[in-house]
Amino acid sequence: MDRYEMRLSGSGGQGLILAGKIMAEAAVIYDGRNAVQTQSYGPEARGGASKAEVVISDGDIDYPKALSLDLLLALTQVSCTKYSADLKEGGILIVDSGLVKDLPPGNFQVYRAPITEIAVKKVGKAVVTNIVAVGILTKIAGVVSEDAVRKAILARVPKGTEELNMKAYEEGLKAAAELIGT
Amino acid sequence: MSTTPKGKVIMIAGNEACAEGALYAGCRFFAGYPITPSSEIAEHLCRKLPRLGGKFIQMEDEIGAMGAVIGASLTGMKALTATSGPGFSLKQENIGHAVMAEVPCVVVDVQRGGPSTGTPTLPAQMDVQQARWGSHGDHGVICLSAATAQETFEQTIRAFNLAETYMTPVLLLIDEIVGHTTEKMVIPEPGAIEVVNRAKPAVPPAKYVPYAPTESGIPVLADFGTGYRYNVTGLCHTETGFPTNDPKRIEANILHLTDKIERHRDEIMRWKAFRLDDAKIAVFAYGAVARSARRAVIEAREAGIAAGLFEPTTLWPFPYEAILETAGRVKAFVAAEMNLGQMAREVELGAKCKAEVHRVNRVDGDPITPKQILEKIKEVA
Repeated sequence: MDRYEMRLSGSGGQGLILAGKIMAEAAVIYDGRNAVQTQSYGPEARGGASKAEVVISDGDIDYPKALSLDLLLALTQVSCTKYSADLKEGGILIVDSGLVKDLPPGNFQVYRAPITEIAVKKVGKAVVTNIVAVGILTKIAGVVSEDAVRKAILARVPKGTEELNMKAYEEGLKAAAELIGT
Repeated sequence: MSTTPKGKVIMIAGNEACAEGALYAGCRFFAGYPITPSSEIAEHLCRKLPRLGGKFIQMEDEIGAMGAVIGASLTGMKALTATSGPGFSLKQENIGHAVMAEVPCVVVDVQRGGPSTGTPTLPAQMDVQQARWGSHGDHGVICLSAATAQETFEQTIRAFNLAETYMTPVLLLIDEIVGHTTEKMVIPEPGAIEVVNRAKPAVPPAKYVPYAPTESGIPVLADFGTGYRYNVTGLCHTETGFPTNDPKRIEANILHLTDKIERHRDEIMRWKAFRLDDAKIAVFAYGAVARSARRAVIEAREAGIAAGLFEPTTLWPFPYEAILETAGRVKAFVAAEMNLGQMAREVELGAKCKAEVHRVNRVDGDPITPKQILEKIKEVA
Protein backbone atom coordinates (compact mmCIF):
# COMPACT_ATOMS: atom_id res chain seq x y z
CA MET A 1 0.00 0.00 0.00
CA ASP A 2 1.44 3.36 -1.02
CA ARG A 3 -0.46 5.77 1.20
CA TYR A 4 -3.71 5.50 3.15
CA GLU A 5 -4.62 8.90 4.53
CA MET A 6 -7.09 9.69 7.26
CA ARG A 7 -8.01 12.95 8.92
CA LEU A 8 -9.71 13.09 12.32
CA SER A 9 -11.32 16.45 12.83
CA GLY A 10 -13.45 18.26 15.35
CA SER A 11 -13.08 20.84 18.03
CA GLY A 12 -9.97 21.44 20.17
CA GLY A 13 -10.24 19.38 23.36
CA GLN A 14 -12.17 16.45 21.86
CA GLY A 15 -9.08 14.27 21.97
CA LEU A 16 -8.63 13.81 18.25
CA ILE A 17 -4.87 14.24 18.34
CA LEU A 18 -4.70 11.41 20.87
CA ALA A 19 -7.01 9.39 18.61
CA GLY A 20 -4.61 10.00 15.71
CA LYS A 21 -1.61 8.93 17.79
CA ILE A 22 -3.46 5.73 18.75
CA MET A 23 -4.17 4.88 15.10
CA ALA A 24 -0.56 5.54 14.08
CA GLU A 25 0.89 3.58 16.99
CA ALA A 26 -1.47 0.69 16.30
CA ALA A 27 -0.33 0.58 12.68
CA VAL A 28 3.39 0.75 13.47
CA ILE A 29 3.92 -0.98 16.79
CA TYR A 30 1.23 -3.69 16.64
CA ASP A 31 0.59 -4.17 12.91
CA GLY A 32 4.22 -3.68 11.82
CA ARG A 33 3.51 -1.13 9.10
CA ASN A 34 4.74 2.42 8.67
CA ALA A 35 2.68 5.42 9.79
CA VAL A 36 3.09 9.11 10.49
CA GLN A 37 0.75 11.30 12.52
CA THR A 38 0.56 15.09 12.34
CA GLN A 39 -1.73 17.65 13.84
CA SER A 40 -3.10 21.11 13.36
CA TYR A 41 -4.95 23.18 15.89
CA GLY A 42 -5.69 26.77 16.75
CA PRO A 43 -4.14 28.95 19.42
CA GLU A 44 -7.08 28.28 21.77
CA ALA A 45 -6.77 25.66 24.55
CA ARG A 46 -10.35 24.54 23.87
CA GLY A 47 -12.60 25.05 20.87
CA GLY A 48 -11.54 26.09 17.39
CA ALA A 49 -11.19 23.57 14.60
CA SER A 50 -8.66 20.85 15.28
CA LYS A 51 -7.40 17.98 13.18
CA ALA A 52 -5.06 15.05 13.38
CA GLU A 53 -3.86 13.28 10.28
CA VAL A 54 -2.54 9.76 9.96
CA VAL A 55 -0.72 8.50 6.88
CA ILE A 56 -0.27 4.73 6.77
CA SER A 57 2.03 3.09 4.26
CA ASP A 58 4.11 0.01 3.68
CA GLY A 59 7.00 2.15 2.46
CA ASP A 60 8.80 5.34 3.49
CA ILE A 61 6.57 8.31 4.24
CA ASP A 62 8.18 11.52 3.01
CA TYR A 63 5.46 14.18 3.03
CA PRO A 64 3.82 13.65 6.43
CA LYS A 65 0.52 15.45 5.84
CA ALA A 66 -2.50 14.30 3.88
CA LEU A 67 -2.46 14.85 0.12
CA SER A 68 -5.74 13.22 -0.88
CA LEU A 69 -7.82 11.83 1.96
CA ASP A 70 -9.12 8.29 1.94
CA LEU A 71 -11.11 8.95 5.11
CA LEU A 72 -12.40 11.99 6.95
CA LEU A 73 -13.91 11.87 10.41
CA ALA A 74 -15.78 15.03 11.40
CA LEU A 75 -17.16 15.47 14.90
CA THR A 76 -18.39 19.04 14.37
CA GLN A 77 -20.07 20.96 11.57
CA VAL A 78 -17.23 23.50 11.46
CA SER A 79 -14.57 20.84 11.00
CA CYS A 80 -16.66 18.97 8.43
CA THR A 81 -17.09 22.09 6.33
CA LYS A 82 -13.49 23.29 6.78
CA TYR A 83 -11.63 20.03 6.26
CA SER A 84 -13.65 18.12 3.64
CA ALA A 85 -12.09 19.71 0.55
CA ASP A 86 -9.21 17.21 0.52
CA LEU A 87 -11.45 14.13 0.65
CA LYS A 88 -11.03 12.20 -2.56
CA GLU A 89 -13.91 11.08 -4.74
CA GLY A 90 -15.38 7.90 -3.34
CA GLY A 91 -13.62 8.49 -0.03
CA ILE A 92 -15.11 7.65 3.36
CA LEU A 93 -16.83 10.42 5.31
CA ILE A 94 -17.78 9.59 8.90
CA VAL A 95 -19.74 12.27 10.75
CA ASP A 96 -21.27 12.70 14.17
CA SER A 97 -24.94 12.66 13.13
CA GLY A 98 -25.93 14.69 16.18
CA LEU A 99 -23.58 17.57 15.39
CA VAL A 100 -23.04 17.54 11.62
CA LYS A 101 -26.14 18.39 9.59
CA ASP A 102 -24.79 19.79 6.33
CA LEU A 103 -22.69 17.41 4.32
CA PRO A 104 -20.18 18.67 1.78
CA PRO A 105 -21.13 18.23 -1.87
CA GLY A 106 -19.36 15.36 -3.56
CA ASN A 107 -19.41 11.65 -4.20
CA PHE A 108 -18.40 10.10 -0.87
CA GLN A 109 -19.27 6.99 1.13
CA VAL A 110 -21.05 8.70 4.00
CA TYR A 111 -21.52 7.10 7.42
CA ARG A 112 -23.58 8.91 10.04
CA ALA A 113 -23.34 7.82 13.66
CA PRO A 114 -24.33 9.60 16.89
CA ILE A 115 -20.73 9.39 18.12
CA THR A 116 -20.95 11.86 21.02
CA GLU A 117 -24.32 10.45 22.07
CA ILE A 118 -22.92 6.91 22.12
CA ALA A 119 -20.13 8.11 24.42
CA VAL A 120 -22.54 9.88 26.74
CA LYS A 121 -25.44 7.43 26.81
CA LYS A 122 -23.90 4.02 26.18
CA VAL A 123 -20.47 4.45 27.74
CA GLY A 124 -21.39 7.12 30.25
CA LYS A 125 -18.78 9.80 29.59
CA ALA A 126 -18.44 12.39 26.84
CA VAL A 127 -14.67 12.36 27.36
CA VAL A 128 -14.38 9.03 25.52
CA THR A 129 -16.03 10.35 22.34
CA ASN A 130 -12.63 10.13 20.67
CA ILE A 131 -12.30 6.42 21.48
CA VAL A 132 -15.81 5.66 20.24
CA ALA A 133 -14.75 7.40 17.03
CA VAL A 134 -11.58 5.29 16.90
CA GLY A 135 -13.72 2.16 17.09
CA ILE A 136 -15.98 3.35 14.29
CA LEU A 137 -13.24 4.35 11.91
CA THR A 138 -11.17 1.24 12.63
CA LYS A 139 -14.06 -0.98 11.58
CA ILE A 140 -15.11 1.10 8.57
CA ALA A 141 -11.62 1.77 7.19
CA GLY A 142 -10.35 -1.76 7.81
CA VAL A 143 -6.76 -0.61 7.40
CA VAL A 144 -5.46 -1.16 10.92
CA SER A 145 -6.37 -4.38 12.71
CA GLU A 146 -8.95 -4.14 15.48
CA ASP A 147 -6.65 -5.93 17.88
CA ALA A 148 -3.73 -3.60 17.17
CA VAL A 149 -5.95 -0.60 17.91
CA ARG A 150 -7.15 -2.25 21.12
CA LYS A 151 -3.54 -2.66 22.29
CA ALA A 152 -2.61 0.87 21.24
CA ILE A 153 -5.53 2.33 23.23
CA LEU A 154 -4.51 0.40 26.34
CA ALA A 155 -0.93 1.61 25.98
CA ARG A 156 -1.98 5.26 25.69
CA VAL A 157 -4.90 5.89 28.05
CA PRO A 158 -4.37 6.87 31.71
CA LYS A 159 -4.15 4.08 34.27
CA GLY A 160 -7.53 3.30 35.78
CA THR A 161 -9.47 4.27 32.64
CA GLU A 162 -8.74 1.12 30.64
CA GLU A 163 -12.16 -0.44 31.19
CA LEU A 164 -14.00 2.76 30.28
CA ASN A 165 -11.95 3.21 27.12
CA MET A 166 -12.34 -0.44 26.10
CA LYS A 167 -16.09 -0.09 26.46
CA ALA A 168 -15.99 3.04 24.30
CA TYR A 169 -13.93 1.22 21.67
CA GLU A 170 -16.26 -1.80 21.61
CA GLU A 171 -19.31 0.48 21.33
CA GLY A 172 -17.62 2.19 18.40
CA LEU A 173 -16.93 -1.12 16.67
CA LYS A 174 -20.53 -2.19 17.27
CA ALA A 175 -21.99 1.03 15.89
CA ALA A 176 -19.81 0.70 12.78
CA ALA A 177 -20.83 -2.93 12.31
CA GLU A 178 -24.47 -1.81 12.25
CA LEU A 179 -23.67 0.94 9.74
CA ILE A 180 -21.92 -1.37 7.30
CA GLY A 181 -24.36 -4.18 7.95
CA THR A 182 -22.02 -6.89 9.23
CA MET B 1 15.03 9.73 5.33
CA SER B 2 17.71 8.71 7.80
CA THR B 3 19.35 5.33 7.61
CA THR B 4 17.71 3.45 10.42
CA PRO B 5 20.15 2.42 13.13
CA LYS B 6 19.75 -0.71 15.27
CA GLY B 7 17.85 -0.39 18.53
CA LYS B 8 14.37 -0.20 19.97
CA VAL B 9 11.65 1.06 17.56
CA ILE B 10 9.32 3.59 19.13
CA MET B 11 6.71 6.08 17.91
CA ILE B 12 7.75 9.55 18.91
CA ALA B 13 7.13 13.17 17.96
CA GLY B 14 10.04 15.36 16.86
CA ASN B 15 10.01 17.43 20.04
CA GLU B 16 10.24 14.34 22.22
CA ALA B 17 12.94 12.95 19.93
CA CYS B 18 14.88 16.16 20.58
CA ALA B 19 14.55 15.65 24.33
CA GLU B 20 15.68 12.02 23.98
CA GLY B 21 18.64 13.12 21.87
CA ALA B 22 19.66 15.59 24.54
CA LEU B 23 19.55 12.88 27.21
CA TYR B 24 21.55 10.54 24.97
CA ALA B 25 24.17 13.27 24.54
CA GLY B 26 24.48 13.57 28.32
CA CYS B 27 22.42 16.73 28.81
CA ARG B 28 21.46 16.93 32.47
CA PHE B 29 20.23 20.52 32.70
CA PHE B 30 17.27 22.21 31.08
CA ALA B 31 16.03 25.73 31.74
CA GLY B 32 13.22 27.15 29.69
CA TYR B 33 9.93 28.93 29.48
CA PRO B 34 7.03 27.11 27.82
CA ILE B 35 6.06 28.20 24.33
CA THR B 36 4.10 26.54 21.54
CA PRO B 37 5.16 24.62 19.50
CA SER B 38 8.24 23.68 21.55
CA SER B 39 6.73 22.92 24.95
CA GLU B 40 6.83 19.11 24.60
CA ILE B 41 10.63 19.27 24.78
CA ALA B 42 10.38 20.84 28.24
CA GLU B 43 7.51 18.54 29.26
CA HIS B 44 9.47 15.45 28.31
CA LEU B 45 12.61 16.61 30.11
CA CYS B 46 10.82 17.74 33.28
CA ARG B 47 9.65 14.16 33.69
CA LYS B 48 12.92 12.51 32.76
CA LEU B 49 15.75 14.73 34.02
CA PRO B 50 15.09 14.40 37.78
CA ARG B 51 15.16 10.60 37.49
CA LEU B 52 18.61 10.83 35.93
CA GLY B 53 20.00 13.15 38.57
CA GLY B 54 19.55 16.15 36.29
CA LYS B 55 17.94 19.51 36.88
CA PHE B 56 14.90 21.06 35.22
CA ILE B 57 14.03 24.69 35.86
CA GLN B 58 11.11 26.64 34.46
CA MET B 59 12.47 30.18 34.63
CA GLU B 60 10.59 33.47 34.82
CA ASP B 61 11.13 34.07 31.10
CA GLU B 62 13.28 33.11 28.14
CA ILE B 63 16.02 35.59 29.03
CA GLY B 64 16.43 34.07 32.47
CA ALA B 65 16.33 30.57 30.99
CA MET B 66 19.21 31.33 28.64
CA GLY B 67 21.17 32.82 31.55
CA ALA B 68 20.55 29.70 33.64
CA VAL B 69 21.78 27.52 30.78
CA ILE B 70 25.03 29.49 30.57
CA GLY B 71 25.54 29.23 34.33
CA ALA B 72 24.87 25.50 34.36
CA SER B 73 27.25 24.93 31.47
CA LEU B 74 30.02 26.80 33.26
CA THR B 75 29.84 24.17 36.00
CA GLY B 76 30.50 21.52 33.36
CA MET B 77 26.94 20.36 32.71
CA LYS B 78 25.56 19.89 29.24
CA ALA B 79 22.71 22.36 29.16
CA LEU B 80 19.73 22.87 26.86
CA THR B 81 16.96 25.35 26.33
CA ALA B 82 14.09 25.13 23.84
CA THR B 83 11.81 27.81 22.53
CA SER B 84 10.04 29.24 19.49
CA GLY B 85 10.30 32.52 17.56
CA PRO B 86 9.30 35.08 20.22
CA GLY B 87 11.43 33.32 22.85
CA PHE B 88 14.30 32.93 20.39
CA SER B 89 14.29 36.73 20.01
CA LEU B 90 14.48 37.16 23.78
CA LYS B 91 17.35 34.71 24.10
CA GLN B 92 19.54 36.50 21.57
CA GLU B 93 21.19 38.77 24.12
CA ASN B 94 22.38 35.87 26.23
CA ILE B 95 23.19 33.72 23.19
CA GLY B 96 25.65 36.51 22.37
CA HIS B 97 27.01 36.28 25.89
CA ALA B 98 27.60 32.55 25.44
CA VAL B 99 29.32 33.28 22.11
CA MET B 100 31.60 35.89 23.70
CA ALA B 101 32.37 33.89 26.84
CA GLU B 102 32.69 30.70 24.72
CA VAL B 103 30.23 28.71 26.81
CA PRO B 104 28.91 25.55 25.12
CA CYS B 105 25.16 24.97 25.17
CA VAL B 106 22.32 24.03 22.84
CA VAL B 107 19.36 26.22 21.91
CA VAL B 108 16.45 24.58 20.07
CA ASP B 109 13.98 26.75 18.18
CA VAL B 110 10.82 24.98 17.02
CA GLN B 111 9.77 27.56 14.49
CA ARG B 112 6.30 29.06 14.19
CA GLY B 113 5.15 32.09 12.20
CA GLY B 114 6.20 35.60 13.15
CA PRO B 115 6.84 38.50 13.63
CA SER B 116 5.79 38.91 17.27
CA THR B 117 3.33 36.34 18.61
CA GLY B 118 2.42 35.54 14.99
CA THR B 119 0.93 32.08 14.58
CA PRO B 120 1.76 29.99 17.66
CA THR B 121 0.48 26.66 16.37
CA LEU B 122 1.46 26.92 12.71
CA PRO B 123 4.72 26.01 11.01
CA ALA B 124 7.22 28.47 9.54
CA GLN B 125 10.93 28.76 8.83
CA MET B 126 11.19 32.47 9.49
CA ASP B 127 14.00 32.32 12.05
CA VAL B 128 16.81 31.02 9.85
CA GLN B 129 18.41 34.44 9.38
CA GLN B 130 17.74 35.36 13.00
CA ALA B 131 19.78 32.28 13.86
CA ARG B 132 22.70 33.75 11.91
CA TRP B 133 22.43 37.40 12.82
CA GLY B 134 19.97 37.59 15.71
CA SER B 135 22.57 38.40 18.31
CA HIS B 136 24.50 41.58 17.72
CA GLY B 137 28.16 41.75 16.81
CA ASP B 138 30.35 39.73 14.45
CA HIS B 139 30.72 36.09 15.37
CA GLY B 140 30.54 32.61 13.89
CA VAL B 141 27.36 30.58 14.31
CA ILE B 142 26.63 26.89 14.16
CA CYS B 143 23.02 26.11 13.31
CA LEU B 144 21.59 22.69 12.45
CA SER B 145 18.32 21.55 10.94
CA ALA B 146 16.29 18.33 10.94
CA ALA B 147 13.36 16.93 8.94
CA THR B 148 12.31 13.77 10.80
CA ALA B 149 12.09 12.52 14.37
CA GLN B 150 15.15 10.33 13.82
CA GLU B 151 17.13 13.25 12.44
CA THR B 152 16.00 15.50 15.25
CA PHE B 153 17.30 12.94 17.73
CA GLU B 154 20.63 12.66 15.90
CA GLN B 155 21.01 16.39 15.25
CA THR B 156 20.41 17.18 18.93
CA ILE B 157 23.29 14.88 19.81
CA ARG B 158 25.39 16.48 17.11
CA ALA B 159 24.49 19.94 18.42
CA PHE B 160 25.88 19.01 21.83
CA ASN B 161 28.96 17.44 20.25
CA LEU B 162 29.67 20.58 18.21
CA ALA B 163 29.03 22.83 21.23
CA GLU B 164 31.47 20.85 23.35
CA THR B 165 34.03 20.68 20.54
CA TYR B 166 33.96 24.34 19.52
CA MET B 167 32.97 25.88 22.88
CA THR B 168 30.04 27.85 21.51
CA PRO B 169 26.25 27.84 21.66
CA VAL B 170 24.84 25.62 18.92
CA LEU B 171 21.39 26.27 17.50
CA LEU B 172 19.02 23.59 16.26
CA LEU B 173 16.14 24.86 14.16
CA ILE B 174 13.20 22.62 13.48
CA ASP B 175 9.62 23.67 12.79
CA GLU B 176 6.12 22.93 14.04
CA ILE B 177 5.66 20.12 11.52
CA VAL B 178 8.83 18.30 12.51
CA GLY B 179 8.23 18.98 16.21
CA HIS B 180 4.68 17.66 16.13
CA THR B 181 5.01 14.79 13.67
CA THR B 182 4.81 11.45 15.43
CA GLU B 183 6.65 8.73 13.56
CA LYS B 184 8.94 5.74 13.84
CA MET B 185 12.27 6.24 15.48
CA VAL B 186 15.01 3.97 16.70
CA ILE B 187 16.79 4.87 19.92
CA PRO B 188 20.29 3.52 19.36
CA GLU B 189 22.13 1.61 22.07
CA PRO B 190 24.34 3.77 24.30
CA GLY B 191 27.71 4.11 22.59
CA ALA B 192 26.33 3.58 19.07
CA ILE B 193 26.50 7.32 18.40
CA GLU B 194 29.61 9.23 19.42
CA VAL B 195 29.19 11.64 22.34
CA VAL B 196 31.81 14.39 22.72
CA ASN B 197 32.74 15.95 26.05
CA ARG B 198 34.61 19.24 26.33
CA ALA B 199 38.35 19.22 27.04
CA LYS B 200 39.55 19.60 30.64
CA PRO B 201 42.52 21.77 31.64
CA ALA B 202 45.85 19.99 31.43
CA VAL B 203 47.49 22.38 33.91
CA PRO B 204 46.94 22.95 37.65
CA PRO B 205 44.78 25.89 38.79
CA ALA B 206 47.80 28.13 39.49
CA LYS B 207 48.94 27.92 35.87
CA TYR B 208 45.48 28.03 34.28
CA VAL B 209 44.65 30.73 31.71
CA PRO B 210 41.05 30.22 30.51
CA TYR B 211 41.24 31.72 27.02
CA ALA B 212 44.87 30.81 26.32
CA PRO B 213 45.45 30.04 22.62
CA THR B 214 45.38 26.34 21.77
CA GLU B 215 46.37 24.44 18.64
CA SER B 216 42.73 23.99 17.58
CA GLY B 217 41.91 27.61 18.40
CA ILE B 218 39.32 26.46 20.92
CA PRO B 219 39.77 27.46 24.57
CA VAL B 220 39.67 24.98 27.44
CA LEU B 221 37.23 26.22 30.08
CA ALA B 222 37.45 24.59 33.49
CA ASP B 223 34.31 23.62 35.36
CA PHE B 224 33.37 26.13 38.02
CA GLY B 225 33.68 24.64 41.47
CA THR B 226 36.73 22.54 40.70
CA GLY B 227 39.34 24.98 42.01
CA TYR B 228 39.98 26.81 38.75
CA ARG B 229 39.08 30.51 39.06
CA TYR B 230 38.54 32.78 36.12
CA ASN B 231 36.50 35.75 35.00
CA VAL B 232 33.55 35.34 32.62
CA THR B 233 32.47 38.47 30.83
CA GLY B 234 30.53 39.71 27.84
CA LEU B 235 33.13 42.42 27.36
CA CYS B 236 35.96 41.97 24.89
CA HIS B 237 38.63 40.24 26.87
CA THR B 238 42.15 38.92 26.78
CA GLU B 239 43.17 35.31 27.34
CA THR B 240 42.78 35.86 31.09
CA GLY B 241 39.07 36.54 30.68
CA PHE B 242 39.43 40.12 31.93
CA PRO B 243 38.21 43.07 29.84
CA THR B 244 40.49 44.94 27.50
CA ASN B 245 40.40 48.17 25.53
CA ASP B 246 43.62 47.44 23.67
CA PRO B 247 42.73 47.63 19.92
CA LYS B 248 44.99 44.67 19.06
CA ARG B 249 43.43 42.52 21.80
CA ILE B 250 39.90 43.56 20.84
CA GLU B 251 40.57 42.68 17.22
CA ALA B 252 42.08 39.34 18.17
CA ASN B 253 39.05 38.53 20.32
CA ILE B 254 36.51 39.37 17.59
CA LEU B 255 38.43 37.66 14.79
CA HIS B 256 38.74 34.57 16.96
CA LEU B 257 34.95 34.30 17.44
CA THR B 258 34.45 34.03 13.68
CA ASP B 259 37.63 32.16 12.85
CA LYS B 260 37.08 29.35 15.34
CA ILE B 261 33.94 28.36 13.43
CA GLU B 262 35.01 29.26 9.88
CA ARG B 263 38.33 27.38 9.97
CA HIS B 264 36.38 24.24 10.92
CA ARG B 265 33.54 24.76 8.46
CA ASP B 266 34.37 21.60 6.51
CA GLU B 267 33.90 19.50 9.64
CA ILE B 268 30.72 21.32 10.65
CA MET B 269 28.84 21.63 7.33
CA ARG B 270 26.68 18.71 6.28
CA TRP B 271 24.10 18.31 3.55
CA LYS B 272 22.25 15.46 1.96
CA ALA B 273 21.87 14.87 -1.74
CA PHE B 274 18.93 12.89 -3.14
CA ARG B 275 19.03 11.98 -6.86
CA LEU B 276 21.21 15.03 -7.42
CA ASP B 277 24.02 13.42 -9.46
CA ASP B 278 22.39 13.77 -12.87
CA ALA B 279 19.84 16.42 -11.90
CA LYS B 280 19.09 19.41 -14.08
CA ILE B 281 16.85 20.99 -11.45
CA ALA B 282 18.13 21.07 -7.87
CA VAL B 283 15.49 21.62 -5.23
CA PHE B 284 16.97 23.31 -2.17
CA ALA B 285 14.97 22.61 0.98
CA TYR B 286 15.49 21.90 4.67
CA GLY B 287 13.36 20.90 7.65
CA ALA B 288 9.80 19.80 6.96
CA VAL B 289 9.92 21.28 3.46
CA ALA B 290 12.67 18.81 2.53
CA ARG B 291 10.07 16.06 3.00
CA SER B 292 7.75 17.75 0.51
CA ALA B 293 10.70 18.31 -1.81
CA ARG B 294 11.69 14.66 -1.72
CA ARG B 295 8.22 13.64 -2.92
CA ALA B 296 8.25 16.40 -5.54
CA VAL B 297 11.59 15.07 -6.84
CA ILE B 298 10.21 11.53 -7.07
CA GLU B 299 7.13 12.77 -8.94
CA ALA B 300 9.21 14.98 -11.25
CA ARG B 301 11.39 11.98 -12.13
CA GLU B 302 8.23 9.99 -12.87
CA ALA B 303 7.22 12.83 -15.19
CA GLY B 304 10.59 12.60 -16.96
CA ILE B 305 12.27 15.62 -15.38
CA ALA B 306 15.75 15.11 -13.92
CA ALA B 307 15.20 16.70 -10.51
CA GLY B 308 17.23 16.25 -7.36
CA LEU B 309 17.29 17.50 -3.79
CA PHE B 310 20.00 19.49 -2.02
CA GLU B 311 19.11 19.35 1.67
CA PRO B 312 21.41 21.21 4.06
CA THR B 313 21.33 19.74 7.56
CA THR B 314 23.77 22.39 8.72
CA LEU B 315 22.25 25.80 7.94
CA TRP B 316 25.19 27.79 9.34
CA PRO B 317 27.96 27.78 8.27
CA PHE B 318 26.21 27.73 4.91
CA PRO B 319 27.60 25.31 2.26
CA TYR B 320 28.37 27.95 -0.39
CA GLU B 321 31.07 25.78 -2.01
CA ALA B 322 28.72 22.82 -2.49
CA ILE B 323 26.04 25.12 -3.89
CA LEU B 324 28.57 26.54 -6.37
CA GLU B 325 29.65 23.07 -7.41
CA THR B 326 26.00 22.06 -7.88
CA ALA B 327 25.28 25.30 -9.77
CA GLY B 328 27.90 24.27 -12.34
CA ARG B 329 25.93 21.12 -13.15
CA VAL B 330 22.27 22.17 -13.01
CA LYS B 331 20.10 24.53 -14.99
CA ALA B 332 18.29 25.92 -11.99
CA PHE B 333 17.69 25.74 -8.26
CA VAL B 334 14.22 25.74 -6.76
CA ALA B 335 14.58 27.02 -3.20
CA ALA B 336 11.46 26.10 -1.20
CA GLU B 337 10.98 27.60 2.25
CA MET B 338 8.23 28.53 4.68
CA ASN B 339 9.44 32.15 4.66
CA LEU B 340 9.92 34.79 1.97
CA GLY B 341 13.23 33.44 0.71
CA GLN B 342 15.63 33.84 3.62
CA MET B 343 17.96 31.03 2.56
CA ALA B 344 17.30 31.48 -1.16
CA ARG B 345 19.49 34.57 -0.86
CA GLU B 346 22.33 32.39 0.38
CA VAL B 347 21.75 29.97 -2.51
CA GLU B 348 22.03 32.93 -4.89
CA LEU B 349 25.27 34.00 -3.21
CA GLY B 350 26.64 30.47 -3.51
CA ALA B 351 25.49 29.91 -7.09
CA LYS B 352 27.30 33.01 -8.34
CA CYS B 353 24.89 33.31 -11.29
CA LYS B 354 25.99 29.91 -12.68
CA ALA B 355 22.40 28.69 -12.27
CA GLU B 356 19.07 30.43 -11.90
CA VAL B 357 17.55 30.43 -8.42
CA HIS B 358 13.75 30.21 -8.35
CA ARG B 359 11.72 30.41 -5.20
CA VAL B 360 8.73 28.66 -3.70
CA ASN B 361 7.62 30.50 -0.57
CA ARG B 362 4.71 30.10 1.75
CA VAL B 363 3.87 32.23 4.79
CA ASP B 364 0.17 31.41 5.36
CA GLY B 365 0.78 28.78 8.02
CA ASP B 366 0.06 25.87 5.71
CA PRO B 367 2.89 23.55 4.70
CA ILE B 368 4.50 23.75 1.27
CA THR B 369 3.03 20.81 -0.59
CA PRO B 370 4.91 18.50 -2.96
CA LYS B 371 2.57 19.73 -5.71
CA GLN B 372 3.66 23.36 -5.27
CA ILE B 373 7.31 22.38 -5.64
CA LEU B 374 6.55 20.05 -8.55
CA GLU B 375 4.74 22.81 -10.42
CA LYS B 376 7.76 25.11 -10.05
CA ILE B 377 10.10 22.33 -11.19
CA LYS B 378 7.96 21.84 -14.32
CA GLU B 379 7.82 25.58 -14.94
CA VAL B 380 11.59 26.11 -14.85
CA ALA B 381 12.79 22.76 -16.30
